Amino acid sequence: MSAVALDKGLQHGLSLAWRGILKIRKNPEQLADVTIAPIVFLVMFTYLFGGALASSTDDYLQMLVPGIMVMNILQASMTAGVQLNTDVSKGVFDRFRSMPIARSAPLVGAVLADVVRYLMCVVVLLVVATIMGYRVQTGPVELVIAIALVLAFGLCFCWASVFVGMLLKTPGAVQGMMFVLIMPLTFGSNVFVGTSTMPGWLRAWADISPVSLLADALRGLLNGGPVAGPLAGSVVWMVAAVAVFFPLATLAYRKRV
Amino acid sequence: MSLAIRAEGLVKHYGETKALDGVDLEVPVGKVVGVLGPNGAGKTTAVRVLATLLRPDAGHATVGGHDVVKDPVRVRSLIGLTGQYASVDEDLSGTENLVLIARLLDHSRAGARARAAELLEQFELTEAAGRPARTYSGGMRRRLDLAASLVGNPAVLYLDEPTTGLDPHARNEVWRVVRKLVADGATVLLTTQYLEEADQLADTITVFDHGRVVAEGRADELKRRVGGQTLQVRPTSLADLDAVQRILGDLTGMRPTRDDDTGLLTAAVSDPVLLSTLVRKLDEAGITADELALRLPSLDEVFLALTGRKAEEGSLV
Ligand SMILES: Nc1ncnc2c1ncn2[C@@H]1O[C@H](COP(=O)(O)OP(=O)(O)OP(=O)(O)O)[C@@H](O)[C@H]1O
Ligand SMILES: [Mg+2]
Repeated sequence: MSAVALDKGLQHGLSLAWRGILKIRKNPEQLADVTIAPIVFLVMFTYLFGGALASSTDDYLQMLVPGIMVMNILQASMTAGVQLNTDVSKGVFDRFRSMPIARSAPLVGAVLADVVRYLMCVVVLLVVATIMGYRVQTGPVELVIAIALVLAFGLCFCWASVFVGMLLKTPGAVQGMMFVLIMPLTFGSNVFVGTSTMPGWLRAWADISPVSLLADALRGLLNGGPVAGPLAGSVVWMVAAVAVFFPLATLAYRKRV
Repeated sequence: MSLAIRAEGLVKHYGETKALDGVDLEVPVGKVVGVLGPNGAGKTTAVRVLATLLRPDAGHATVGGHDVVKDPVRVRSLIGLTGQYASVDEDLSGTENLVLIARLLDHSRAGARARAAELLEQFELTEAAGRPARTYSGGMRRRLDLAASLVGNPAVLYLDEPTTGLDPHARNEVWRVVRKLVADGATVLLTTQYLEEADQLADTITVFDHGRVVAEGRADELKRRVGGQTLQVRPTSLADLDAVQRILGDLTGMRPTRDDDTGLLTAAVSDPVLLSTLVRKLDEAGITADELALRLPSLDEVFLALTGRKAEEGSLV
């Protein structure tokens, strides 16, 4: 009997995910929002600072692309909160809530649609990087693992965005807040430069930040090099993010809708 | 007589604002109840409580026998809601909006498409069916919203100002749909600013003000209750105007108002029996009349008398 309920819950979640994916198709600029910035950074840093920061532009590109993937996924994962907030403020949720579906179905739908969004972001980024001369040094298996890892990371951190999305009043405020959180997180890491020249306090953070650890894990997977250490670190962060933000997000969601 | 909706002592406060201040409401199965009230009277709040969107601070309500707080899922399987503000997804087309709702109500893929097409046809949205709802006019959005609330053939339908912003043609269409639903056995709770709408659709009317029910009853009962019936006479010949004015004045003990242009005489009366007396007296005097009527006050006048405020601009009757 609860299997039936669960089945229906999933069915409703999938229907709502379908809605989310339709929305991506109708507003491709929304996807562009989260992908263009990382690509601009990719191009700018590679050609402006690549030569200065690494022995060659090509070397820098190899180092930078995995880091930019992390930046991209963080930005993409903030959409969930913005989207949910928009639905609540526009009254779309009133309709869902007046229907006999699981209360969590819209949340499940939003998160499922997000996975598709993440995948699209990653693919676009990798295509651009490849055009710029980036090459995966390992193999297809490592590539698939790397992509899966990035998606999982996005799924774990999107709960922070859902939490903020349910806490703040307007979609604009959510967007602004997430930007403020993501930018320092991105720059206070080894995405763009090694941490060795950073002041001690920053370096201490940058070395253990989730962004740096995931970037390192991806570098290991895609370029070759140590994977286990940074991967373990990333997983710890992912588990921690879910442990903290999932309950907060669902609590805030229940209060709001 | 079984009740589709029963609310007792509903209270909902927002800080100092008493949106609902002890509302009792009973809607028998298969009936239409019209909720009238000025802006801020608490109509929308009541609808949201009854649609399980809002928890009341006190009191309780059942829909189809199920408690809105304790058993919201059961209630939701019975109801359809068209909120005051359209809640369609603006990015999605009309078809996609309705298909989504139908899928969430466990229609098959094909069934969902068929139901969507049927409703779009019914609300004359077929031509716009493929366009994003963002490009719809206000009236089209309302119609789509209404269609969305009907996807599951709800037994109890809440319509919060369903025709606000609709042109007369679309309004008539909504009225037609509501009448048809009721004929098929649905129960409707309707809020409106248009007194004519309540007059046209509702079996009984409940007037809200300041979060309370200030009057309820059938339209004619409310009109009678407020009193202020008037006798109107228009003699066939304008030459008889003075004589009729005298007769009417003697009968009612008051000076009738006289409109020389239309030849209409109007006097307030308290006793409807005066009508037959007037007929006899006119007969005795050999005066014929084109128009002779005992008129109840309009709902507008009722509304004004009950709430001390005029119904919204644009309301008819
Ligand atoms: N979320 C809210 N927060 C604060 N006050 C609210 C809220 N919702 C409603 N109110 C207040 O409660 C009162 C009743 O509001 P409600 O929307 O039920 O009125 P209404 O009868 O539907 O009015 P209208 O004809 O304008 O739609 C109003 O004074 C309103 O300001
Ligand atoms: Mg209202």
